[in-house]
Amino acid sequence: MKEQITGRILSQTQLADEIYSMWVDAEAIAIEADPGQFVSVYSRDGARILPRPISICEVNENAVRLVYRVAGAGTKEFSNYQRGEAIRLQGPMGNGFPLHGEPAILIGGGIGIPPMLELAKKLPGEKTVVAGYRDNHLFLWEDLKRYADVAIATEDGSVGTKGNVLDAVREQNVTGSVIYACGPTPMLRAVKAYAMEKNLLCYLSLEERMACGIGACLACVCRSKETDSHTGVHNKRICKDGPVFLAQEVEL
Amino acid sequence: MINLKVNLAGVELKNPVMTASGTFGSGAEYGEYVDLNRLGAVVTKGVANVPWEGNPTPRIAEVTGGMLNAIGLQNPGIDVFCGRDIPFLRQFDTKIIVNVCGKTESDYLEVVERLAEEPVDLLEINISCPNVKEGGIAFGQNPKAVERITAAVKKKARQPVIMKLSPNVTDITETARAAEAGGADVLSLINTLTGMKIDIHRRRFALANQTGGLSGPAVKPVAVRMVYQTSHAVKIPIIGMGGIATAEDAVEFILAGATAVSVGTANFMRPDATIRVLEGIEEYMRRYQVEEIGHLTGAVR
Repeated sequence: MKEQITGRILSQTQLADEIYSMWVDAEAIAIEADPGQFVSVYSRDGARILPRPISICEVNENAVRLVYRVAGAGTKEFSNYQRGEAIRLQGPMGNGFPLHGEPAILIGGGIGIPPMLELAKKLPGEKTVVAGYRDNHLFLWEDLKRYADVAIATEDGSVGTKGNVLDAVREQNVTGSVIYACGPTPMLRAVKAYAMEKNLLCYLSLEERMACGIGACLACVCRSKETDSHTGVHNKRICKDGPVFLAQEVEL
Repeated sequence: MINLKVNLAGVELKNPVMTASGTFGSGAEYGEYVDLNRLGAVVTKGVANVPWEGNPTPRIAEVTGGMLNAIGLQNPGIDVFCGRDIPFLRQFDTKIIVNVCGKTESDYLEVVERLAEEPVDLLEINISCPNVKEGGIAFGQNPKAVERITAAVKKKARQPVIMKLSPNVTDITETARAAEAGGADVLSLINTLTGMKIDIHRRRFALANQTGGLSGPAVKPVAVRMVYQTSHAVKIPIIGMGGIATAEDAVEFILAGATAVSVGTANFMRPDATIRVLEGIEEYMRRYQVEEIGHLTGAVR
């Protein structure tokens, strides 16, 4: 039987405005995890009943790193946890990215950047990470550079290409035959259009409000192009069938 | 020795702990976290005569001590359900309760008739979903409509019929009596309470559907009160639900008059919530030397 585990926090550091990095001693998750999967993180406060899905940024033999944005009271609570404290987790959840050996473009926008780190580590062959930030408060950039070429876009133009991730792809001549992307929906929509135009294989990691996190409650669905074999309708479960989908499978 | 067995309209459950419809799928996903053989019954997510797409997202929002949902009864339709979900559940030593939903009376009856030949133990008729525009709660808020649809379902059903009642009424004992008068064998209560959340930063509704059903620990006192009132108004057994997350919660419902209990939103808090509730009930009975779970039902008067 799968079960929730209690991990120990090994470190907690702030990387940028509202962006935190937490290493958690959680061997059961670390040994199972694939790039692109997530963990459900549970609050200690009984008033916050639902787990927060947080993407896996990287793993080592016995620990998992979660890089997350403080978006509300739950993630605020997590950001206050100190080294040595316990944290209730379940995972790894979801499917993760399939690994292809071709030259790959890994596109992360904002809090969609963290899963690209473990992906860059695991992906064989040539790869370029394209990371989109708001401003010069870059995070994970140094980690990413160890495993891949990194092209940066900033909204204010303070670092790299001024504009969005696709502006950086074009301006910095980033090429490849497969795209992996995670970020806000407008970004994913644009990445999908770009991939279709260039006829590239493209995987998108989606996000939606989740409740159960295991595929039972049907809260976090996305529109699918075809009738889904499990749900019997034009909906796929992001937590269970995803979060990673082939771009042409889903409608954004 | 303690005896946890309960009887619902002639169907014997090994214990009173079941799942609340819509929170547990058809058990396949939770089966990785819970030994389904240990549950008194699995109550499936609502199934209609044809597939339903459900509502747009966001479909859920967390609120203090609970959540709002407006899934909109997404379901694969009765054909997929009978071909896949019933055979899956039949592998386990637990009772199968199928939750039935529809937009019109004939939708409900089509599903009920289709299930007549299937190896399911009880039917739960959902006349109380607040998140669909037709059917659902429209049937559940009017006592005359409740009695009529209950009688129509009873005429076709081969299994005992549970009517699932809405708390979004002035007096739940009226709809409870109406269901009993229509021939209901068992009542389930409560379904979710209609609620709303507004995202003040975006100045938008938190749910695409604007309103959603409130569930979770926050609703428990309302549910306990309604189970208590209903148990004094009808003679048929009651399945109590609404915010049950622990054995203590479950015992409250039983003392208020419930014969069995359903664990719903708490499954999202911990996937093994049902088993923890079950083990806690056993512990409670040992501690207070209660031999028969039935002795607790309605013990607080």
